[in-house]
Amino acid sequence: MAKLQAGYLFPEIARRRSAHMLKYPDGQVISLGIGDTTEPIPEVITFGMAKKAHALSTLEGYSGYGAEQGEKQLRAAIASTYYGDLSLEESDIFVSDGAKSDISRLQVMFGSNVTMAVQDPSYPAYVDSSVILGQTGQFQKDVEKYRKIEYMKCNPENGFFPDLSTVSRTDIIFFCSPNNPTGNAATREQLTRLVQFAKDNGSILVYDSAYAMYISDDSPRSIFEIPGAKEVAIEVSSFSKYAGFTGVRLGWTVVPKELLYSDGFPVAKDFNRIVCTTFNGASNISQAGGLACLSPEGLEAMHKVVGFYQENTNIIMETFTSLGFSVYGGKNAPYVWVHFPGQSSWDVFSEILEKTHVVTTPGSGFGPAGDGFIRVSAFGHRGNVLEACKRFKQLYK
Amino acid sequence: MAGVCTRVTRNLNMEKLRNGYLFPEIAMRELEHMKKYPTAKVISLGIGDTTEPIPDVVTSSMANHARRLSTVEGYRGYGAEQGNKALRKAIAETLYGDLPIKDTEIFVSDGSQCDISRLQLLLGSNVTIAVQDPTFPAYIDSSVIIGQTGDFQDETGKYQNIEYMPCRPQNNFFPDLTTTATTDVIFICSPNNPTGHAASRKQLEQLVEFARANGSIIIFDSAYAAYVTDDSPRSIFEIPGAREVAIEISSFSKFAGFTGVRLGWTVVPDELLFSNGFPVIKDFNRIVCTCFNGASSVAQAGGLACLSSDGLMAVQSVVDYYKENAKILGDTFTSLGLDVYGGINAPYAWVHFPGMKSWDVFTELLEKTHIITVPGCGFGPGGEEHIRVSAFGHRECILEASRRLKSLLS
Repeated sequence: MAKLQAGYLFPEIARRRSAHMLKYPDGQVISLGIGDTTEPIPEVITFGMAKKAHALSTLEGYSGYGAEQGEKQLRAAIASTYYGDLSLEESDIFVSDGAKSDISRLQVMFGSNVTMAVQDPSYPAYVDSSVILGQTGQFQKDVEKYRKIEYMKCNPENGFFPDLSTVSRTDIIFFCSPNNPTGNAATREQLTRLVQFAKDNGSILVYDSAYAMYISDDSPRSIFEIPGAKEVAIEVSSFSKYAGFTGVRLGWTVVPKELLYSDGFPVAKDFNRIVCTTFNGASNISQAGGLACLSPEGLEAMHKVVGFYQENTNIIMETFTSLGFSVYGGKNAPYVWVHFPGQSSWDVFSEILEKTHVVTTPGSGFGPAGDGFIRVSAFGHRGNVLEACKRFKQLYK
Repeated sequence: MAGVCTRVTRNLNMEKLRNGYLFPEIAMRELEHMKKYPTAKVISLGIGDTTEPIPDVVTSSMANHARRLSTVEGYRGYGAEQGNKALRKAIAETLYGDLPIKDTEIFVSDGSQCDISRLQLLLGSNVTIAVQDPTFPAYIDSSVIIGQTGDFQDETGKYQNIEYMPCRPQNNFFPDLTTTATTDVIFICSPNNPTGHAASRKQLEQLVEFARANGSIIIFDSAYAAYVTDDSPRSIFEIPGAREVAIEISSFSKFAGFTGVRLGWTVVPDELLFSNGFPVIKDFNRIVCTCFNGASSVAQAGGLACLSSDGLMAVQSVVDYYKENAKILGDTFTSLGLDVYGGINAPYAWVHFPGMKSWDVFTELLEKTHIITVPGCGFGPGGEEHIRVSAFGHRECILEASRRLKSLLS
């Protein structure tokens, strides 16, 4: 714990935002910082949850402890909806209260004696959970990296996909696609190389697909679309950004039966034990919501909400492009990654906040290779997104 | 299955864990039994799973919250990882009333089982723990997983490097602290799962003094506090000096029937410091922000409703229903001449079957009365010769179970 740097990124930004609002009480702050969904959850989904809540007050409808791995129906629905043609089954799916918790449970399972690689920049929870578990060395202030973690640079020069020929072998590789924060979605060819890399090195790939529904081209939506992935990969996903479940809390992890430790022991057996010992299942009401999400009506409704945020992303992308910035991401993810060459991202963050009252996220919060970039999140009411873009145009014209 | 192995070494701590966490093991035996006797009416007094519907005042609140998430004004995204402010305040004011517990010291969670693991993450692998024997298995299993223990020894039924504190009728189910080695952390559950014993004020004062003298941290599990009938303390913080040595975990599971809804909390006092003076609460906050994303907002809305004056009355009457069940079961075993413990301040009866192995008693009871119980050894070697009978069940099932037990054992 002593090794961890300062505060987790997003509470730190929230702190700065609060301080700013105290300074400018009439400021009309718009938040395009933390990737927090803003649009109401479609009724078909909340109706499912309300129905379950009411049922808990009846003799026939009351249920106590659920299976720690999740309700059978929901596991089956996830398997068939997202992994139908990929030969993954209900028993490969572990329902959770979200990706952040799952990442930690995976780390607890792996233990302190594994090495890991992350993209640079990347979602901070992979690194922070690794530090907490004792997998890393000290933080080195000069390079802004923890010892013993392999950082795989992702920048415009390499098309936001790591140059695997320069990456050292680690036991675990965390990979997020579509990527938070860069917005980049890896191609089929790139993921094939990644799977081969993992295979050659005997590594386990932890693939975060939380933004898969935002893909607008034919980039793979699941690592399991790549042949051979079942022997090397675990996939983590979430209802947060699909169904606005950021507060409701529901996600899942796929651990294929074919994934084995070096002694042949199935990883899924250990994950099952972790889930049974350190967890007690996702809330049954959230799970009822999840099931409603995966009904035909629910799926259609989720697509509409995702489409809404995708339109926000287009508006933001167009704005920065028109101002002459190099803009990345956006096409396959609800994040726009804007380049401010030669500038410190916390300085840009502060300037944008001070002069436009818009909260963004400084790229260096995601790793040293994020410096010089700002992440603009596309979650927001349309009016706020339009207003924020107006203010950006005024600041940077 | 022939397959390609990765070159990732399995976590040695996972290898140390004994096969089959207790309750899935019992569930498996129950399934086998039901296959063997398809027409038998199995009554489960095994896993402590609540059975009675949640009061309407609570579920309506959750349903309303869910519906509001479909509106522009009512939609909420990420909540504070530490929990909804109003709920934290309500827990502090309603459940800790006259004790100086601040809302900022309360961390709302998705239940004790998760909190125990997050606390272990916080503590890390280099601490030593003491547990009661018998005890709720999660303290031990989470300790093994995090790497605090040595190997399991079949002869003793114990893991090396854990201090087991026997809790028996002879010592009034409370550890003899004069013979307990010093450890960094002491897990105490009161009212106790599985023995049902609620520690007295005097016992807890001794515990706090012991912890203060040894510089230890007490993790006090008060999940069953609502079941206390006499004047046994409901919170460790009723004991002076506890704020500098204790963390308290608790849960809405057995209090409000939230076993599936998932809601609990942990109290970390501001005064609790590591040896270098660093506040434990700061590290716990960091764990919660990094490894967790808050309890479900719907569950939290339910929690708030439980703590309204109508809600409290309603959930307390369900608790009273289970307490009456416990009394019926306790009386049944007593009438059969068996020594029964617990049952008064907890929803568990702890029944002694001298000279018999607890899995044998479990099996015989299951085979002959179709009643699921829990073999005491599942809670540690100190549980041998005992059976835990849970009082969660529909009244008719409890009464039917009593009838069957009387026929078998009289």
